[in-house]
Amino acid sequence: MLKLEVRPQPSKLMSLASPLLALALTALFAALLFVMLGKDPVRGLGAYFFEPLNGVRAMGEVALKATPLILCALGLAVCYRSNVWNIGAEGQFLLGAISGGGMALWLTTAGVTGPKGLYAPLVLLAGMAGGAFWAAITAGLRDRFNASEILVSLMLVYVAQQLLNYLVFGPWKDPAGFNFPQTMTFDASTWLPSLWTGTRLHWGFPLALLLVGLFWLFMFRSWRGFQLQVGGLAPAAARYAGFSARSALWTAMLTSGAMAGLAGAMEAAGPLRQLTPHVSTGYGFTAIIVCFVGRLHPVGIVFSGVLLSMMLIGGELGQSRLGLPNALTGVFQGLLLFLLLACDTLIHYRVRISKSGIKATMKARAA
Amino acid sequence: MNEIALLIAATIASGTPIALAGLGLLLNEKSGVLNLGAEGMMLIAAVAGFATAFLTGSDLLAFAAGAAAGALAAAFFGVLVIWMNTNQYATGLALSLFGGGFSAFVGAAYVGKKLGERVPFEVPFLADIPFVGPALFKQHPMSYITIGLVLAVAWFLYRSRAGLVLRAVGESPESAHALGYRVRWIRLGAVMAGGALCGVAGAFLSVVYAPLWVEGLVAGRGWIALALTTFATWRPMRVLLGAYLFGGVTMLQFHLQAQGVEIASQLLAMLPYIATIVVLALISRNPAWIRINMPASLGRGFHPNS
Repeated sequence: MLKLEVRPQPSKLMSLASPLLALALTALFAALLFVMLGKDPVRGLGAYFFEPLNGVRAMGEVALKATPLILCALGLAVCYRSNVWNIGAEGQFLLGAISGGGMALWLTTAGVTGPKGLYAPLVLLAGMAGGAFWAAITAGLRDRFNASEILVSLMLVYVAQQLLNYLVFGPWKDPAGFNFPQTMTFDASTWLPSLWTGTRLHWGFPLALLLVGLFWLFMFRSWRGFQLQVGGLAPAAARYAGFSARSALWTAMLTSGAMAGLAGAMEAAGPLRQLTPHVSTGYGFTAIIVCFVGRLHPVGIVFSGVLLSMMLIGGELGQSRLGLPNALTGVFQGLLLFLLLACDTLIHYRVRISKSGIKATMKARAA
Repeated sequence: MNEIALLIAATIASGTPIALAGLGLLLNEKSGVLNLGAEGMMLIAAVAGFATAFLTGSDLLAFAAGAAAGALAAAFFGVLVIWMNTNQYATGLALSLFGGGFSAFVGAAYVGKKLGERVPFEVPFLADIPFVGPALFKQHPMSYITIGLVLAVAWFLYRSRAGLVLRAVGESPESAHALGYRVRWIRLGAVMAGGALCGVAGAFLSVVYAPLWVEGLVAGRGWIALALTTFATWRPMRVLLGAYLFGGVTMLQFHLQAQGVEIASQLLAMLPYIATIVVLALISRNPAWIRINMPASLGRGFHPNS
């Protein structure tokens, strides 16, 4: 009989091996599914894990989609390490897109001109403020009314999506846009410029990598980060040490809201250059998976952000090249998180064949 | 007058799936397990129910398929959380994300397919009473069954021995274990029962309420049902009342749109979600009140050998 036995110390090795194991199992499941759908599993897996990295142009697209994932996940990692369960990054992302896009739209209608990217910092700051404001609603209700941050942050995702719909179908709709639900294209001075002409990859990617470094310093080398982590791991110890749980809640929520908002504003001012109802393709939810697969660690998040971005692009490639349904990406994402959590059991437990179990079953059989 | 009667009838119909899911989650949480995967289970069950109804034409089989799909999804969650001691929040979230993707994948073949209007069941004689008849007694049978289920669960939890054991497991798994109860199997049973009820709720949405399948059909009702268990301070009757309240808010939104009120439809569509937040904040504002009513081990894992 198999039995789980508590390890004397959490296994460092398993903590790094578990995401790889989960990824391998997900790929195995994916291959089985491709066979069942009557497709070549080698080509199917290739579309997800090889083709997105085939060539500089393709890699640029991977980095482009990884940027919002990494940014959202960085903020979420601070939350989850502080035991604050913000699952509404999607809503904070949308608010970032709305307020960043709103700023760009306002500048455009005010008739600003200038070199490309002159006003981009303003747009990004507006996005961060918008995302932080949306997170502040959750933090405030948790702080003042003890309302579950899980449920409030999630409900606010639906509210944010409707708010975006209202704006692009109503007051912000482009008058010259043939009644399509979209704003006018922003002026070039508010765009987030591309890194190289001809690619869609913008300055947000290096900025995200810079923030990875800053978040590492904040979480592991600052007094504030230490307080947050103690609060998450051992709330009683944090209370005894006099670390305020309220200030931890606000720090974590505002940080992650600002990060998600930044990602939203980048999406609006970077590749899209206008607002539509489909600014986000679920980046805020995918970022939760990125966060866990990356071990809630800034450096790990870079790798998992690239991985999940490859899976997003792989879904599109699989659809166009092999006629696979695009919804498969969602299946694989959910499965990856499921398998990861299962494999994580091996960090704290080891599998033992229990002798007493065997004896007991033998006795039972003999009787 | 007649319009108000129809509004009440619609409120009951739209509250029914939330009540069913909320009731399932209540059972689930009474055992000490928090399942954030409600939305995912409802989505998977909605597809299963719709496909069954479409292929067999039987509502009964559709509900059975929904319940089975919900219970199966819940069993996966349960094994991970109960035996492998994974984080309940993260695992539930994984189920919700997986359910969203999986239902979109399986359901793609059924988008745009029609089932036809469901004929409501008219309670003999009572349905003929003016006003009261059309308001209360011309519903799909599942609406009445839901009320019966609420009463049954209330009886089970507070009047039966099995219910007492279930609550004991939720309050203190260590004590229940010491008394010789098989805590983990009891929890798995509660989680699967909760999944089955969420599944029936999902099937009701796609087969009776909509009746059609689109991606994301459940539209946050699973999360509203999760919030509902807190509003109801874990009491079955209050779950039912709360569900009708939310059904009412949803219907009010459509009613106002139909009346041509000068508010954009997108802003009205926010109403149920904002109402959830407001009520959640009002009920939760007294931490002591929540702590007294909440199952004491809610969200905590249990490992008998540690």
